[in-house]
Amino acid sequence: MTATSARTEALRTFDAVAADTDAVDAALAASGDAHAFERLYRRHVNRIGTLVRRMMGEDVDEITQEILVRAWQKLHTFRGEAAFGTWLHRMAVNVVLNRRSERGRWRKRFVEEPVGGMTEPSRPVSRAHGVDFEGAIAGLSPGARKVFVLHDVEGYRHEEIADLLGISIGTSKSQLHYARMALRKTLG
Amino acid sequence: MMHPPAEQLSDLLDDALPADEREVLQAHLSGCAECATLLDELRRVVLRAQALEDRPPQHDLWPGVAAAIGASPSGRRRIAFTMPQLLAAGIGLMLLSGGGVALTLRARAGRAPLTVAATTTAPDSTLAITAVTATKAERGYDAAVRELAAELAAGRGRLDSTTVRVVEQKLQLIDRAISEAERALAADPGNTYLHGHLTQTRMRKLDLLRRAAHLARS
Repeated sequence: MTATSARTEALRTFDAVAADTDAVDAALAASGDAHAFERLYRRHVNRIGTLVRRMMGEDVDEITQEILVRAWQKLHTFRGEAAFGTWLHRMAVNVVLNRRSERGRWRKRFVEEPVGGMTEPSRPVSRAHGVDFEGAIAGLSPGARKVFVLHDVEGYRHEEIADLLGISIGTSKSQLHYARMALRKTLG
Repeated sequence: MMHPPAEQLSDLLDDALPADEREVLQAHLSGCAECATLLDELRRVVLRAQALEDRPPQHDLWPGVAAAIGASPSGRRRIAFTMPQLLAAGIGLMLLSGGGVALTLRARAGRAPLTVAATTTAPDSTLAITAVTATKAERGYDAAVRELAAELAAGRGRLDSTTVRVVEQKLQLIDRAISEAERALAADPGNTYLHGHLTQTRMRKLDLLRRAAHLARS
C-alpha cells in the first residue's frame, strides 16, 4: 500500500466516525461553559419550542425557557448513551406533562373525556373556516392532541405514550384515531 | 355492507393489526370504496403530521435562559481571531522545519488505536490498554502534523497570500475545536462521542495540512 493510499484510507475511516458537536457542547456545558450551552440552545430551541406549542398551546415561551433551564441543571446526567436532542426532547415532554399535571387541568379534562376519547374538539376543525393543520391540532381536545403530537409528529410508540400519560394503550390508540379522524377534515 | 371498526384503519396504518385481522380488513378494503377512501384520508393526516416543520420562537429566549443560569445574556461566543493570533499561527508554521515524508508510518501508527478510541465502549479493565495505545497514536498524529506543517512551511513562499491566510484561519478554527474537544474529554473521559469527534477533528487537520502541503509542492 502506498503512503498516499494508506493515508486516504485512514482519512476515510475517520471520516466515517460521525461528528457530534452536541455531545461536545453538552460536555463543555456540563462543566459550566455557558457559551457551549448557548450553542445547544440555538440548535434545539426551535424543536423544543414547537413541541411545547403543539402540546400546550399556551405559555409556550415560559415553558420552553423552563425546559432549557432544567436541561442546564441536569446536564450532568447526560451520558451520551442517546443523542443530546433525544435526551432534551424527553425532558421537554416530561416538563410539559408535569406542568399540566401540576395545574390539575390536563388530567381532569382527560378523565372527563368519554371512553375512547371521542369528544368534540375544543375548537371547530374545519377547512372551510380556514384553519390550517397546526391550528387544527391546537383545536383537538387536550388528550387527543398530546397523543397525536407524540405519536404521529414525534414518533413515540403507544406503549411509551401510555406510560408517559398514565393511560392505557387502548386509550392512546383511541385518542390517536379520534385525532386523525378530526384532522382529516382539514386536508379535504 | 358491514364496515369494520374505523379504529382498525388506524391500526392498519400503524402496522399494529394481527395478521389475520389485517387480511380480513384488506379483503374488505378491496371491495369497499368508502373505507378505502377513509383509509387514504387517515394516511394523508399521518403523512402531513410527519412533514410538519419546527418554527423558531417569536423572540429570542436566550436572555431569559442566560439570566436563569447565571450566564451573560450577550454570551454568544463569536468566532473571531485577532491579528496577533493569525500572525502567531503563520510564524508557527514558518518556524517548523524538517522534512521527509515518513507520514505513512506515523499515520499507520495512529490509525488503529484512534479507531479503537473512537468506537470502543471500553470497560474499565481495558481503559488502561486503550490509554497506552491512544498515547502512541497521539505521538504518531503529532509527528504527522509536524511533518506536514514543515512541508507546508517549506513551500509557503509558493502559495499566494490569500491561500496562506485561508489555511491559517482554518487551522486556527480546527485547533480551537480540538482544544474544546480535549477539554470536554477531560471532563468526561469515557464519552465515546467525544472520542469520535476529537478523532475526526484531528483528521480534518491532517487532511487540511496534507492538501495545503500538496499545493505548496506543486
